[in-house]
Amino acid sequence: MRAFTYERAASPVQAAAAAAANPGAKFIAGGTNLLDLMKLEIETPSHLIDVNGLGLDTIETIPEGGLRIGALVRNTDLAADERVRRDYGVLSRAILAGASGQLRNRATTAGNLLQRTRCPYFYDTAQPCNKRQPGSGCSAIGGFSRQLGIVGTSEACIATNPSDMAVGLRVLDATIETVKPDATTRRIPIAEFHRLPGDTPHIETVLEPGEFITAVTLPSPVGGKHVYRKVRDRASYAFALVSVATVLQQDGTGRVAVGGIAHKPWRVEAAEAELPRGAKAAAERLLAGAKPTHDNAFKMPLVERALGSVLDETRS
Amino acid sequence: MKFDKPETTNPIDQLKVVGQAVDRVDGPLKVTGTATYAYEWHDPDSRLAYGYPVGSTIAKGRIVSMDLSRARAAPGVVTVVTAEEAGELGKGSRNVATLLGGPDIEHYHQAIAIVVAESFEQARAAASLIQVTYQAADGKFDLAAEREGLGPTGSDDKVGEFETAFANAAVRLDETYTTPDQSHAMMEPHASLASWDGDKLTIWTSNQMIAWSVEDIAKTLKIPPADVRVVSPYIGGGFGSKLFVRSDMILAALGARATGRPVKIALPRPFLMNNTTHRPATIQRIRIGAERGGKITAIAHEGWSGNLPDGEPENAVDQTKLLYAGAHRLTGTRLATLDLPEGNAMRAPGEAPGLMALEIAMDEMAERLGLDPIDFRVINDTQVDPGNPNRPFSHRQLVECLRIGAERFGWSARNARPATVREGRWLKGIGVAAGFRNNLTMKSGARVRLDGRGVVTVETDMTDIGTGSYTIIAQTAAEMMGLPIERVEVRLGDSTFPAAAGSGGQWGANSATAGVYAACVKLRETVAQRLGFNSKDCVFADGEVRSGDRRAPLTQAASNGEVVVEDTIEFGDLRKTHQQSTFAAHFVEVGVDAATAETRVRRMLSVCSAGRILNPKTARSQVIGAMTMGVGGALMEELAVDTRRGFFVNHDLAGYEVPVHADIPHQEVIFLDEVDVMSSPMKAKGVGELGLCGVGAAVANAVYNATGIRVRNYPITLDKLITQLPGAA
Repeated sequence: MRAFTYERAASPVQAAAAAAANPGAKFIAGGTNLLDLMKLEIETPSHLIDVNGLGLDTIETIPEGGLRIGALVRNTDLAADERVRRDYGVLSRAILAGASGQLRNRATTAGNLLQRTRCPYFYDTAQPCNKRQPGSGCSAIGGFSRQLGIVGTSEACIATNPSDMAVGLRVLDATIETVKPDATTRRIPIAEFHRLPGDTPHIETVLEPGEFITAVTLPSPVGGKHVYRKVRDRASYAFALVSVATVLQQDGTGRVAVGGIAHKPWRVEAAEAELPRGAKAAAERLLAGAKPTHDNAFKMPLVERALGSVLDETRS
Repeated sequence: MKFDKPETTNPIDQLKVVGQAVDRVDGPLKVTGTATYAYEWHDPDSRLAYGYPVGSTIAKGRIVSMDLSRARAAPGVVTVVTAEEAGELGKGSRNVATLLGGPDIEHYHQAIAIVVAESFEQARAAASLIQVTYQAADGKFDLAAEREGLGPTGSDDKVGEFETAFANAAVRLDETYTTPDQSHAMMEPHASLASWDGDKLTIWTSNQMIAWSVEDIAKTLKIPPADVRVVSPYIGGGFGSKLFVRSDMILAALGARATGRPVKIALPRPFLMNNTTHRPATIQRIRIGAERGGKITAIAHEGWSGNLPDGEPENAVDQTKLLYAGAHRLTGTRLATLDLPEGNAMRAPGEAPGLMALEIAMDEMAERLGLDPIDFRVINDTQVDPGNPNRPFSHRQLVECLRIGAERFGWSARNARPATVREGRWLKGIGVAAGFRNNLTMKSGARVRLDGRGVVTVETDMTDIGTGSYTIIAQTAAEMMGLPIERVEVRLGDSTFPAAAGSGGQWGANSATAGVYAACVKLRETVAQRLGFNSKDCVFADGEVRSGDRRAPLTQAASNGEVVVEDTIEFGDLRKTHQQSTFAAHFVEVGVDAATAETRVRRMLSVCSAGRILNPKTARSQVIGAMTMGVGGALMEELAVDTRRGFFVNHDLAGYEVPVHADIPHQEVIFLDEVDVMSSPMKAKGVGELGLCGVGAAVANAVYNATGIRVRNYPITLDKLITQLPGAA
């Protein structure tokens, strides 16, 4: 771990301004990902801005419908919230499918959205990685890639986003609220929040320098049956090989987002149009253009079969 | 004491303390965090410094230059030691890879330097500032690619005419199985604190074999063994990874020598996979020929594995010499040279991967013969060494294990036709496998003291790697001296104590308690003499010594000072005249998700035949732990080799998955009530490795029963099933 300086932020806009003024700065909230990465010198911030004292830890009902989730609401509290469990069950289930009780107690809503990939080559600083060290190459391509991406990948990076929560937020069409260093705010639909790797895999979101997440909002409840199906080698405490988040209506229509296969939670409108025709048709659209590796080709049938299983269970 | 005749009756047979489910005597220390583990030692009177290792980032080649200047100038850094600074070092007789590499590099993450600083954080930060220029060389990293054309290591073991008998067999099986490289993945990493007092070195560490370590540290540092003290009273898991001296001990010693201060170091987690040892991957070809009725006429087992030059093969074929009958036999290993990290012992080396293959083959063969897999094994049971029929097993109850297990597990309800039982979204299946592990015995010494308070203190360099050594040794001394267990104190893991068997190869429990037995026999004789008794007919009970009508308190023998005696058990030829082994039957029920092919274990049973069980509670803990490891090996554990770059990629506990609680819902263990009079005065054998041997195959056979898909390449992950599942495109 490199030495760093530290400050406690006084307000969201001050945090944003401080971060913009210092290119080596990082926000720290729960620290469940950042601290590990700092110990391994995968992240080497020269300055930490501690945002834990900013409040932002409540879940408010929006009068026009929906919820506003403060950026610092802990994963445990979000998953346990009565309104979330009642109206947005897929989000609660997605969160509870990830990490462990101890980690969820610390991890925050905004921090979860910003967690880095678990690609093993990203984690070994002796190996080339375009995400860790832009321009150094990708050692995962042609290497051990069982966990890695099959859609939206590039010649520069085949890493996946490891978050379960983000898959739940994606299927619910959440919006990310931010404040910029100049105190202006913006609302970013989650569909646009995470980027595909392209030739800049080190830039993972559309956040601008210093831009600070203040909340995540959920639109009015859409009803339907909410399922989060996470597929993994062991029964707990493992990242998804594939996960499927669905909201399915009685008439057979619905939404689906898939985790574990891309650089962002994967959702394809054309695939949802096919849902009434079943998993095979929907999966074909979801995975159009996929470029699996030898190691992770199994994710192609796995997406279809996991989705099929969820559809069968929901409709029976 | 020499053990060379079958044991008759001795005081252990009273079973007042031995054989009882006594709680761990060290339990309170463990659960209150007051047992001192290697990295927790402190010497408040000395200025401790912290070490951090630097590992090679190439797999093979040489170091052209190292720039240490930035590290040396970093805050808090006391020194940096490389092979160049360390001067000429030797190599431990049990080491294959060099523990401090440079300029030649033998494997990825081979240690090439230790940075010593005032704090752990400073040492770690400075370690990353060392710039190394390498000249990489091509290495060999792919066992499958190196397999062709490899001849036998040594010579194959042959009985009869295998080829002819196999060719003429009515029913044949010829299949190839693979097991991957595996990591010990124990919780406590290798860690050491080294301190020099003049020429004398003390290392507080985490190690299973104290006397071996003393020898190999001395050899590596080129100092007399008498100048080395090793202390390792508590060990947070080892599984064979801590049998030998590893880089933590040598780096700490060199750092301490260079700075004149005590230095402590713990290996970072990725070093466990690539710096230390692992269980090597195997490719195994098994051929079985049988008569239509099921009698095996020919059996062959060949195993391929790889290792660094001068490394040993993973002997996956040994159990096949002994487990089943058959007149014509062939076994042998073939060893490829690979430039991966050193392959070496991991819990049940040989038998663990060997039975993962053999016991699938037996399941397949039973199916070809139309026999129940239990019946097929019973038909081929043998009470003698099949290669030497004049040599009986000392005690073998494999058939009883299978029969009792079948009854308890509900085997008769199994549908022999695979993929026929469905429960909701789960395909259900059950499987069985035999377990087998040889019973090894090792010379083992102990010192026992009786003091004026009537407390018996046992001192031996035996170790407790979480297995329960403290407890069974206390039970042994209590039984022998007629004392409650509270009156026995046990001190372990210090090279100033008599050399014992150590912990490995499931030899520790039986051998080390036999050593304590021998010392206690001597203590009884000495006590009897001091009290004026004829030692032959003395009874030691309730803190007293009794003979005829006469009785005296035990403490009286120590009234003029402590009574201290020492003895060592040595094992004679009984292991040559009699084959000593342990046996088990493992039963597993799995559910396989019909859509995703995720396999989840639902219940497990192991029935063990392993001589006298010294403590059913600690023995059960050993076996359920081993069963859990078996599930890991069957379903998830695999060190992924990057065959281009020559290293294990998933080098942390997130990437190298072992079972978590949610994977292990229900386990049962049954120990057959038996003694083995050929094994030792304790009449016990080992269970710690037996509990693992065969479990993986029982899982694999259950997956087959559930799905009809035969996976011969471990681990059985969903990608190997999903395209063949019923209803898959």
